[in-house]
Amino acid sequence: MSSNKESTVRTLLVALSVSLVASVFVAGAAVSLKPVQVENRLLDKQRSILAIAGIGGANLSSKEVKELFNSRIKAQVVDLTTGEYVADMDPITFDPLKASKDPKLSRALSGEEDKAQIKRREQFTTVYMLEEDGKTTALILPIRGYGLWSTLHGFLAIKPDMNTVVGLGFYQHAETPGLGGEVDNPKWKALWPGKTLFDEAGKPNIKIVKGGVDPASPEVGHQVDALAGATLTSKGVDHLLQFWLGEQGFGPYLAKLRNQGV
Amino acid sequence: MAQKPTVKEVLFNPVFDNNPIGLQILGICSALAVTSNLKTAMVMAIALSLVTAFSNLFIAMIRKQIPGSIRMIVQMVIIASLVIVVDQVLKAYAFSLAKQLSVFVGLIITNCIVMGRAEAFAMQNPPILSFWDGIGNGLGYSAMLLSLGIVRELFGAGKLFGIEILHLAKDGGWYVPNGLLLLPPSAFFLIGLFIWALRSWKKGQVEQPTFRMAPQVSEKEAY
Repeated sequence: MSSNKESTVRTLLVALSVSLVASVFVAGAAVSLKPVQVENRLLDKQRSILAIAGIGGANLSSKEVKELFNSRIKAQVVDLTTGEYVADMDPITFDPLKASKDPKLSRALSGEEDKAQIKRREQFTTVYMLEEDGKTTALILPIRGYGLWSTLHGFLAIKPDMNTVVGLGFYQHAETPGLGGEVDNPKWKALWPGKTLFDEAGKPNIKIVKGGVDPASPEVGHQVDALAGATLTSKGVDHLLQFWLGEQGFGPYLAKLRNQGV
Repeated sequence: MAQKPTVKEVLFNPVFDNNPIGLQILGICSALAVTSNLKTAMVMAIALSLVTAFSNLFIAMIRKQIPGSIRMIVQMVIIASLVIVVDQVLKAYAFSLAKQLSVFVGLIITNCIVMGRAEAFAMQNPPILSFWDGIGNGLGYSAMLLSLGIVRELFGAGKLFGIEILHLAKDGGWYVPNGLLLLPPSAFFLIGLFIWALRSWKKGQVEQPTFRMAPQVSEKEAY
């Protein structure tokens, strides 16, 4: 090893071996920690479903989350086009996000339909129901859409009247911390419960308003304050709600439930 | 550095005499971002100390092999790999903390302290000493981060580690929290005050003025 340290061959050799060792190291860590991380992500999703349904605080231990989720929440797969439940699909193993990328299980949205900018919408998705003494007390719908930098993934919980909000929240996004990232702010999320989503004709009517909601306005039940300094994230949330409550989203499903009851 | 530094020197000098934040003014970005509560500040401090220590160790081990022309990139590769591993471990075992720290764990890569120690110390010194130097600088960073975290969480939210210390007025107590302390700019003021205190205590850290006004020049003309 006494050859010139600065020679081209030595430089390439050092670069190559350092990269090789580093990549093995990183890949090893990523692969070996993957199962624990997947478990964590699932738990985080279940925790956020419970929080949005209004029955679990953030302070629950992972065991409590699992127990509460398994005892109180029922999951079912829904066909978004017809609004019917699909009995022969397992909601535990079915992954709507994966399905949205599979051409057989999803369809591309045209520019005009694609208000939430999600490009493809899955044919089937999983909805969750909060149960109390055998009765459904809230319906939890998965929603997603593009904000400023990233797709926001979250849930919207509504009462069995298919109109009143129980809660709204996002469990995964990459918006600017401190601005768009404030969609996670409990104060902002607290603005949602009690708002109504549809007008009397059954059309989606919920708006995110810049500059604050006028409390004297007759529309106050249909409006929520926008996030300060995060116009595009606020718009994204507004658009994704329009999409998922509309005909391309849960429209048919909600209409069916409204007619038949939950 | 004429004489070889001792382990004790490299370990404790960076805490008060050569604090990476206080004297070198490095690593400010993360010091503003993660210190609004003590828990994230502590995790960040531990993560940075480990990354600095191990990157120093590995770089010092191969310092005689690294060609000068690509030394920065080699340092970067080693630091980046360590940061990814730390990030993965946090995601696996402290998921909610990892979510709160979000981008800042990834940004340890660009933290000047890590790079600065690799270039200034590990490239010239043996591995074990470099390792302790990394831990020492990590301690310096941690000391600053934890003091910021304590002040900000205690007076901003009335809590420490999420446990209520000062009874808040909104729950019927007496303490009205100072919301400014929870926002990042407050850390700027606090760091400024800490540096002031540190330099009043250790006069050697006061910098020479960069220019001196000539006599007969009014203050208006100087600018």
